Amino acid sequence: MAGPAKFDRWYRRAVIGIPYAWLIVFLLIPFLIVLRISVSQTELAQPPYSPVLDLSAGWQGLKDFFGALSFETFKLLFGDWLYVSSYLRSLTFAAVSTLILLAIGIPVAYGMARSPQRLQPILLIAVILPFWTAFLIRIYAWINILQRDGLLNDALLALGIVSEPVTWLATDTAIFIGIVYSYLPFMVLPLYASFERMDETLLEAAADLGCPQWKAFWLVTLPLALPGVIAGSLLCFIPIVGEFVIPDLLGGSDALFIGQTMWAEFFSNKDWPVASALATVLLAILLVPIVFYQAAQARTLERK
Amino acid sequence: MPDHPASSSDRPQSTVPMVRFAGVSRRFGSFTAVDNVSLDIASGEFFALLGPSGCGKTTLLRMLAGFETPDQGEVLLDGQNIVGVPPYERPVNMMFQSYALFPHLTVAGNIAFGLRQEGWTKAAIDARVAEMLALVKLEQFGHRKPHQLSGGQRQRVALARALAKSPKVFLLDEPLGALDKKLRDETQFELMALQQRLGLTFIIVTHDQEEAMTMADRLGVMHAGKLVQVGTPAEVYENPATRWVAEFIGEVNLFEGTVSGHQGGLASVDTKAGRLVVTRKDGIGDGQNVSVAVRPEKIDIVREPATGASNMLYGHVVDIAYLGDLSIYKIRDRHGLVVKASVTNKDRSASTLLHRGDEAWLTFASDAGVLLRD
Repeated sequence: MAGPAKFDRWYRRAVIGIPYAWLIVFLLIPFLIVLRISVSQTELAQPPYSPVLDLSAGWQGLKDFFGALSFETFKLLFGDWLYVSSYLRSLTFAAVSTLILLAIGIPVAYGMARSPQRLQPILLIAVILPFWTAFLIRIYAWINILQRDGLLNDALLALGIVSEPVTWLATDTAIFIGIVYSYLPFMVLPLYASFERMDETLLEAAADLGCPQWKAFWLVTLPLALPGVIAGSLLCFIPIVGEFVIPDLLGGSDALFIGQTMWAEFFSNKDWPVASALATVLLAILLVPIVFYQAAQARTLERK
Repeated sequence: MPDHPASSSDRPQSTVPMVRFAGVSRRFGSFTAVDNVSLDIASGEFFALLGPSGCGKTTLLRMLAGFETPDQGEVLLDGQNIVGVPPYERPVNMMFQSYALFPHLTVAGNIAFGLRQEGWTKAAIDARVAEMLALVKLEQFGHRKPHQLSGGQRQRVALARALAKSPKVFLLDEPLGALDKKLRDETQFELMALQQRLGLTFIIVTHDQEEAMTMADRLGVMHAGKLVQVGTPAEVYENPATRWVAEFIGEVNLFEGTVSGHQGGLASVDTKAGRLVVTRKDGIGDGQNVSVAVRPEKIDIVREPATGASNMLYGHVVDIAYLGDLSIYKIRDRHGLVVKASVTNKDRSASTLLHRGDEAWLTFASDAGVLLRD
């Protein structure tokens, strides 16, 4: 039976090989390029950094190349408040937004999971539906809503809540509105999956043991939905840290997200090494929650 | 048949039953799950609700736990109407069929859950948890999570958790369903011993008649939402109230016929298998269509016609099921009626006496048959 066994081996290699090949081509190689640029010096040339590896110089060329690499750019990042504050701003916005998303996402997802069975697919589609419109268009729509004579101010004035138009656009509030609106589905979907999976007899058991419903939610439902809470939080937190479009379109220009700072270094200052170093440090920062997520995942798998 | 020293008849009857269902009905749409059930269960009794799936026994239990509200009737606990009292305020605890252990809590955490709701102090909780772990012999497992336990251990955790609060009534919903045969038998006796030790009122729901008969002081047999018979296991087995009960509990031979006359305490019934003479029953008169129910173990098999037997049937052996402790013979008479008779294999060579195709005479005493109205 050499034939099928051999085929089986090749098949398995191919199956395992596909994700590896994808990750090598689209994650590892680009990252190595970014890393290599981040330890270079900026030049007014093409390419706009040095050293450039000269393979024709042979061994000496390779030695020169590695000798010219330096970590100067990284020192610069931590020496300049501009960069540190950008990181802090991104991380703070991501953390606060994730908390707001949890506060909205948990009741939404729980309500969906407790809805009548036949309504649940409709609710799920309704959550996913906004994705059918381009992200940028939806953010531009928010500009329209939030501007001085926009829908929001019209509504507030009509209801008599405010007496004159409020400035929404180019404020932090606008950024939060944009982020929470855009990322809510990423929070709701994993939470819904967790809530929906839960065995309802556990709630009966809690009630039987003397625990009212509202308390059982805290003692039983939420702890059991923890994998969903963690997954949703990371799915939101990580991309929000790197968010560029929302703060750029809805926020003011006085303070920058790290994505905006990177964009400025890359396109305005033409400083590729600093932009690359910013990206490398961001990746290192984001690895912390990813590792935390992996550990949580491993724990959940072990439980099954 | 195990004997039942603690049957309800020798129990001192207190004036107020621990549990009383008074004309209780529960409908789901057009389906009536529980149909006008009235039932009293005494304090300290081990009561079994027995019936096939869908007969309403679980719904009845859930009304006592507070997960279902009756559409009609009252549910009284220790004299108090508890309809409308939420489950978390009822002094009853339930062991769920799936056990419903909290997967995120340890064994000790599960047992302590109910005590925490009552605001016990930490020391009191710890002491009670240790006591309950000892009760179910899981002292070493307090720190484990439910997924790290075997099925039998999980069952014991569920037991300890439900008993920790010393409920007035302990409800068990198919408690042994997920266990294998041997463990089930052991657990039955453990539960009985536990009930006697704690003196609590146990109400068990089961579809397994053997389980119900082994454990319970009294049974309530349910069929299609109705409570069809209540009594000790022996009463229900020996004096089934209806043909359905006779067939549901244990094996039974049913001979359909018409009452042809009465003489003294006996009634004669003309059946396809001939005239049978059995003990008379009040309310059954001449000319009435009836069934005579005879349990297989009450029928004797002989190899030649017996003289002086009240009832005798003749046929050929068509099937023999050898079960070790006993053998079940199927005998077909000349009309094609198949009668089951079981014989205890007391003698090691007993199983070699009769073979398939052999002639056989079946006899049974007149008090072995029970008259049932059709």
